[in-house]
Amino acid sequence: MENVKKFRSKKGRERTTNIIVYVILIVISIVWLFPFFYLVMQSFRCETAGTPSTQYFFPKKWGFDAYEKLFTDTSILNFPKWYLNTLIISVVVTIVQTVIVLATSYALSRMRFKMRKPLMNLMLILGMFPGFMSMTAVYFILKEFGLTQNLFGLILVYVASSAMGYYICKGFFDTIPKSLDEAALIDGANRQKVFLKIILPLSKPIVIYTILTSFIGPWGEYMFSSLMMMGSDTNSYTVAVGLRLMLQREQIGGWFTAFCAGAVVVSIPITILFLFLQRYYVEGVTGGAVKG
Amino acid sequence: MADLAYLTKSPLEKFVYNFLNFFKRLPLAILHFFQKLPGRIWKGLKKFGGIFVTIYRAAARGDWKTRMSFGVMGFGQLARKQWLRGLLYLVLEVAFIFYMIFFGWKYLAQMGSLGRIAELSWDSPDGTTQYVRIDNSLLILLYSFLTIFVIAAVIYAWYQNIKGNLYAQELYEAKQHLATAKDDIRSYADEQYHKTLLAGPMLGVTVFTILPLVFMVFIAFTNFDNAHYPPSRLFGWSGFDNFVMLFGGGANITSAKFAYTFGQVLLWTVIWAFFATFTNYILGMVVALLINKKGIKLKKLWRTCLVMTIAVPQFVSLLLMSQMLADEGAFNFLLGKIGIHIPFLTDATWARVSIIVVNIWIGIPYTMLMVSGILMNIPADLYESARIDGAGPVKMYFKITLPYVLHVTTPYLITSFIGNLNNFNVIFLLSGGGPNSLDYQFAGKTDLLITWLYKLTFQQGSYGIASVISIMMFIITAAVSLIVYNRSGSVKNEEEFM
Repeated sequence: MENVKKFRSKKGRERTTNIIVYVILIVISIVWLFPFFYLVMQSFRCETAGTPSTQYFFPKKWGFDAYEKLFTDTSILNFPKWYLNTLIISVVVTIVQTVIVLATSYALSRMRFKMRKPLMNLMLILGMFPGFMSMTAVYFILKEFGLTQNLFGLILVYVASSAMGYYICKGFFDTIPKSLDEAALIDGANRQKVFLKIILPLSKPIVIYTILTSFIGPWGEYMFSSLMMMGSDTNSYTVAVGLRLMLQREQIGGWFTAFCAGAVVVSIPITILFLFLQRYYVEGVTGGAVKG
Repeated sequence: MADLAYLTKSPLEKFVYNFLNFFKRLPLAILHFFQKLPGRIWKGLKKFGGIFVTIYRAAARGDWKTRMSFGVMGFGQLARKQWLRGLLYLVLEVAFIFYMIFFGWKYLAQMGSLGRIAELSWDSPDGTTQYVRIDNSLLILLYSFLTIFVIAAVIYAWYQNIKGNLYAQELYEAKQHLATAKDDIRSYADEQYHKTLLAGPMLGVTVFTILPLVFMVFIAFTNFDNAHYPPSRLFGWSGFDNFVMLFGGGANITSAKFAYTFGQVLLWTVIWAFFATFTNYILGMVVALLINKKGIKLKKLWRTCLVMTIAVPQFVSLLLMSQMLADEGAFNFLLGKIGIHIPFLTDATWARVSIIVVNIWIGIPYTMLMVSGILMNIPADLYESARIDGAGPVKMYFKITLPYVLHVTTPYLITSFIGNLNNFNVIFLLSGGGPNSLDYQFAGKTDLLITWLYKLTFQQGSYGIASVISIMMFIITAAVSLIVYNRSGSVKNEEEFM
């Protein structure tokens, strides 16, 4: 009898802790989702067009006015153009960066050559300089060639140093058994074949991770794009730079709800991508953490 | 501490012990580094000497084909029917000569002065002022470095050409097969595949990272600022003036202000990085543990709620937060209902606290995701055997979970610390570095070194000083990383629970 009682009380205790945990989780979820809820609500507000609402959260009048303004009122702030700019940049950056990262990682992970260690050390040291520092000089270089204030220059900046982000991908390649390569080499395949036909097909998670991160990067990147677009007309902005412009003192009066709408439109594709590919992202992040 | 005493400590104590040990061992490590230095330099010199030995051998032993290659690169290869290599060397040499004559030497010659006359202007007959630009210090400096890089690369190629010739000659004398153009091409997909793979990436890194960095390091020794801004004005070498200025050694009041600002901003940067890293880490782990607790349902839903914040671009969440935290923003409206007004971003202390809190909100999902992944990897039989041995959940947490997670994530912890030292987005988009302070030189109370740099360069044009600050930042990051990477070896050996 006593045993049963003990068992029950233990079970009861577990239930209480579980309830507490549920309460905490619900609070956390609300705290985390509240700002986005607010964002979506604001984007559907259409009565006092634009001004930042401080009086209420739920729109008094619902409607798509903000979205309409965002996509039609393009004379000063051309959101559709920014969106297109960012999309073009993201797609190109994704392709080039993925190729560069995979190539660098493969070479550093699977091949042995004299310069391998020095190269890795060099990139480690380069990574310790504030990225901003080289940016100033890159800006002058590109300005000299007339490449600032246009998309090509920005793409070049994003892509050029992407080799330095090889760590996570190399960590993944390191876990693939070397014997696979050796067997293939004995069978007469060359290195290129090993890379393209054996290693790559085995590396689907990390390829998707690389694609995902390099696609998302340009959408949220503010520092470099604001530098590169400094002084240019607003048509060549990216969404990050443009949306911030909407919140400047001169614009915020008329554009706040449009900003919210813009933020929602920007977030949708990435959120969808993310929800589908979450698994790969986790694999990439944890893989990288394990490898250091 | 003896190994045994170390092993009996709890994981947290171990962590603290190791952490403190970093700093205790640091002076010794630095000393050790300098002790090893002469040996390394000697080794390097010996290697360097080897280059001359090869050149001498090529000159002394080489046949006429090899010797001709000293002047005409690729001659020997062409003569030995290695068409591809020879042609490439020859083209390189010709291109280099043209480059130097028509472009390189002009800039290199002016490197010492960085230009004499910026522009000449005169009044033209129609009443307007005409001008012609002559020297541009910026371009002179930039192209001089480019030229030095090119010269170094060509010298290296020249050495490879000689070495290759000597090798080919020796092979020929030993009557062995010489690599033909076809062999060369094939080897770039095989033994030399790394060269094919790395050529493009490394070119990008060289042009867009190394060259600019070298350039910026040298900018620290010039007086490049708004008053000396090319192309209408020149700047020149100024030695260590900028360093003196930043550390308060200058005679004027600005220098003292710079020194004060630098100290304060650096202090806040370190405090920020510390809190940002550890709050995120600890709280993220707690959230992950809650979600992964046995008996909790809808795990995927909770996780997705948090992951949403990763998926929404960071700048959106940050801009939104900055609006909500504004004096007239949503939070103050809510608080206003109970008669409170909090200057979230306009009071220095509040701004600092709000930024750290918002950063927790941004950062927890990342830690949560990562820790969840790790938790799933912990072998279940560890818990099983602990349970059989009579361990309770708390004990299992401190003896299994925590050590495991700490072990795996220490490198992550350190990289995220370094990342936070340079966290531009959070500060710039949230508070813009504000509230501004009159005691600071062009900085606000929440400015990190990196946002201060941004303001100094692109708003104030003080490139010289900014680049000194960059160098300081490099030294700090490098010091932290050095300690860490020396340590992480011992992290990896610490596999007592595996």
